[in-house]
Amino acid sequence: MSTARVGVITFPGSLDDRDAARAVRLAEARAVPLWHADPDLHGVDAVILPGGFSYGDYLRAGAIARFAPVMQELIPAARAGLPVLGICNGFQVLCESHLLPGALIRNENLHFGCHDQRLRVENTETAWTSEYSPGQEVVIPVKNGEGRYVADAATLSELEREGRVVARYLGVNPNGSMNDIAGVTNEAGNVVGLMPHPEHAIEELTGPGTDGLPFFTSVLKRLVNA
Amino acid sequence: MARVIVDVMLKPEILDAQGQAIARALPRLGFTGVASVRQGKRFEVEIDGPADDAALAEVRKMAETLLANTVIEDFTLRVE
Amino acid sequence: MSSAPHIDSVSRAAETPDERQPYAELGMKTDEYVRVKHILGRRPTSCELAIYSVMWSEHCSYKSSKVHLRQFGTKAPESDALLVGMGENAGVVDVGDGWAVTFKIESHNHPSYVEPYQGAATGVGGIVRDIMSMGARPVAVMDSLRFGPADAPDTRRVLPGVVAGIGGYGNSLGLPNIGGEVVFDESYLGNPLVNALCLGVLRKDQIKLATAPGPGNKVVLFGNRTGPDGIGGASVLASATFDEESQAKRPSVQVGDPFTEKVLIECCLELFAADVVVGIQDLGAAGVSCATTELAAKGTGGMDVRLDLVPLRDETLRPEEILMSESQERMMAVVTPEDVDRFMEICAKWDMPATVIGEVTDTGRLRMTWHGELIVDIPPGTAADEGPVYDRPYSRPLDQDELQRRDPAGLPRPDDLRAELLRLLGSPNLASKEWVTAQYDRYVRGNTVLATPADAGLLRIDEVMPGAEPSTRGVAISTDGNGRYTRLDPYAGAQLALAEAYRNVAAVGARPLAVTNCLNFGSPEDPEVMWQFAEAVRGLADACQTLGVPVTGGNVSFYNQTGSTAILPTPVVGVLGVIDDVTNRVRPGFTEEGATVLLLGETREEFGGSEWAHVAHGHLGGLPPAVDLAAERRLAELMAAAAAEGLLLASHDLSDGGLAIALAESCLTGRYGCRVTLPADPFVTLFSESTARMLVAVKPGAESRFAELAAGIAVTELGRTGGDALVIEDLFEISITELRETHTSTLPAIFD
Repeated sequence: MSTARVGVITFPGSLDDRDAARAVRLAEARAVPLWHADPDLHGVDAVILPGGFSYGDYLRAGAIARFAPVMQELIPAARAGLPVLGICNGFQVLCESHLLPGALIRNENLHFGCHDQRLRVENTETAWTSEYSPGQEVVIPVKNGEGRYVADAATLSELEREGRVVARYLGVNPNGSMNDIAGVTNEAGNVVGLMPHPEHAIEELTGPGTDGLPFFTSVLKRLVNA
Repeated sequence: MARVIVDVMLKPEILDAQGQAIARALPRLGFTGVASVRQGKRFEVEIDGPADDAALAEVRKMAETLLANTVIEDFTLRVE
Repeated sequence: MSSAPHIDSVSRAAETPDERQPYAELGMKTDEYVRVKHILGRRPTSCELAIYSVMWSEHCSYKSSKVHLRQFGTKAPESDALLVGMGENAGVVDVGDGWAVTFKIESHNHPSYVEPYQGAATGVGGIVRDIMSMGARPVAVMDSLRFGPADAPDTRRVLPGVVAGIGGYGNSLGLPNIGGEVVFDESYLGNPLVNALCLGVLRKDQIKLATAPGPGNKVVLFGNRTGPDGIGGASVLASATFDEESQAKRPSVQVGDPFTEKVLIECCLELFAADVVVGIQDLGAAGVSCATTELAAKGTGGMDVRLDLVPLRDETLRPEEILMSESQERMMAVVTPEDVDRFMEICAKWDMPATVIGEVTDTGRLRMTWHGELIVDIPPGTAADEGPVYDRPYSRPLDQDELQRRDPAGLPRPDDLRAELLRLLGSPNLASKEWVTAQYDRYVRGNTVLATPADAGLLRIDEVMPGAEPSTRGVAISTDGNGRYTRLDPYAGAQLALAEAYRNVAAVGARPLAVTNCLNFGSPEDPEVMWQFAEAVRGLADACQTLGVPVTGGNVSFYNQTGSTAILPTPVVGVLGVIDDVTNRVRPGFTEEGATVLLLGETREEFGGSEWAHVAHGHLGGLPPAVDLAAERRLAELMAAAAAEGLLLASHDLSDGGLAIALAESCLTGRYGCRVTLPADPFVTLFSESTARMLVAVKPGAESRFAELAAGIAVTELGRTGGDALVIEDLFEISITELRETHTSTLPAIFD
């Protein structure tokens, strides 16, 4: 097992925190639980913001989590290069925190949807995707009610121009996201937000396959080589 | 005590799927002549003192910080 | 009541013995009211009346069903696995390695008709709290749903709301939804059935019970504040017949807050781990009334409560309303005085309001005060356990004989079997339910091994709990019910529901262990309905005894009717099973080529209550398929052995729609089709619903070993898996693409 320590933040209402921790362990790193009210990252080497409905998402998904004490530590650390992966609700929190551009709003069909989704990995230069091959097609569950990625035209063309779309939906676009965007990264490539759930595709027994595991092994490789 | 109303709406260029669904449902219920519907959120903020300029500035800051996501939403304030 | 200007104290009640009280409006019969007066030796105060009226309602007291339900105890089979049986919030079953599971199914039918989203959502919330109150971590939910015809306008109101409510609440709790049913029938049009099941996991030495022992121990109310939610809901909504006024009942509906419930789950588990809880009870129907009387009755026998300490969301609430409020996401715990600080600290960590509202006593009385005045003073057992019991008259329906004589044998049979298969596959009851299940999170917690459309949901038990070791153990669960079979013969119908759930659990390779049930019927005051109920309970109890699976708990829902027309009698049965190694699970799909496709069990000409008779002719008559519990048991033993030895590529139970639908579904859920030859009359072989049958695909090389294990069971070789179509030799073939198009387009076409 690697000595790398990956923090998983639990907000009240986080749901996939255990799943994210299991994925970290299967990738052979240590998962470190981080608590929303504790303004301390405990020296972790990377952070995952898991899926769920932080604080119920009653205002807007991620809107309140953004102001949690732990986020006041995470935001500057992410700006300084700490690898951060936001999955689903975590992606929403990263957008609300302005660590990533754009926003995630109500699915076009207004339903929560849970499907095994085909994706194409578009950018393999980020901290979280280096173990994929460029253009690799994978199947990873997507499950959300507010997963429609939107951004203004200028932001969208900047993302496309700079290759910052990390993954794109193939076949059915499950939520009406612009440009079929499933995930984006910041300019530095250390912060990635992803609507699908790679932590649900890490074991043959419990998911549609193991296509999600490279998200977690990628960051380890980055940390070991750093 | 004063009440400040903050109305938050999706920016016009963002597709409002909820509003659209309502607009599609109305003719089925026999309501005709509706060109479009947009759905938003209304916040009623009760403040301790009078709704003077300083208080309104404070509510505006609240709206920018938390009540609205200005990436996708616009808001308006009014005193009730 | 709420406008009363005074507090109706115990002393005032004693001074005004003849004051008229609205017991009838609260659903209480005159003799019941007289009995309360007799118990108390005076008229009840308005608060006491509130308590007795809700606790003695059908919903809380089971007064019409109790005399029949006793058979689940008297006929219970010997079982080493049963740790907690009937009578607690939920039964607990030993599944090995120190693990126990608790599960229960409960109805939320009437609230879901009035307000589909909130009704269904709070149904999930309520059953989840039942499971929490056993000391368990809730780990999965399932829903058994019944609606009017799919294309009826009101179904288009009710179904999307119910599904969104189940998803909205369950998804927010982080509980995978791993199975259930969606059934359409005319009889549910004005009275849908929403039965929610929850499964919880705990260490077997950590079971908690609803009890308040130890005088001096503190009574803590924690969770959401109390508001005017569902006041009177328990007795009005849960037992009143629907009529034109149902819209006016809307204010009685409870509203759910799943975020608070999620936090409450985590908070409770931390309280259990810290060992600071002596007894615990969830607040469901009848809220504070139920929790205080039941905790006190099962504990040392007494409790003093200061009702004015209950934290309120609406400060104008009267004590009577506080007692009857059904505000959601609330729990009541009994805590020793030394542990109160630690208890409060843990609640504070989770931002969960918690208030000490009383104390356990040994007075044998439940006493409540309101700002110093005594407003309740009753022996708690008289409200909780010693309510009225009715042995209601029952009689076989006058039309039962005629119904059974209406034999489907004479119905015209189709010439074109290909078209008939597609017609059934696309009919609402057999069509893909993906439109529904895609709105539920099946993946959260990472332990879902199988979920819909598998025969049973299957979960790996992999929880972080004190004393727990990593485990490969899993639990399988399935719910089934068939109202048409039960209408034709309620004794057999309940047994068939059990047999199907039992077979579904066996199909995935698990050993069936225990049973829960939700009995949905019309009015118990109608002797013909009461006969259906009595027969169904007798049938279920007998079958549980024969199959060796005890009933661990359940729920009765009466008054499911529109006007005077009752629903089809619908006992829904949940069976739980265990598999020692989840990697041995068997899936329904043909995922590889070249496996031998076998039909296990005997096919007879049985079309009474069948899906074919329903879809093709709108026909209901004759007798349901014959029950053969010995054959079910042998089949289940075979499946467990074959799965453990890894002999099977696929297995799928035969039920609604018969072999035709089972073959189509196995082609649809795997990647391959199959090529089969029918051994006898093609129509009967394809569409009969004979029981104790299973479709299996045996891995190449395992055929002879499987044949050895299957000795004594009728085995018919049908053909091989492979190709991209369902091919019935000499008759027809249908490409998987066409099967899929037919199977998946029905519900989206209606509900999108």
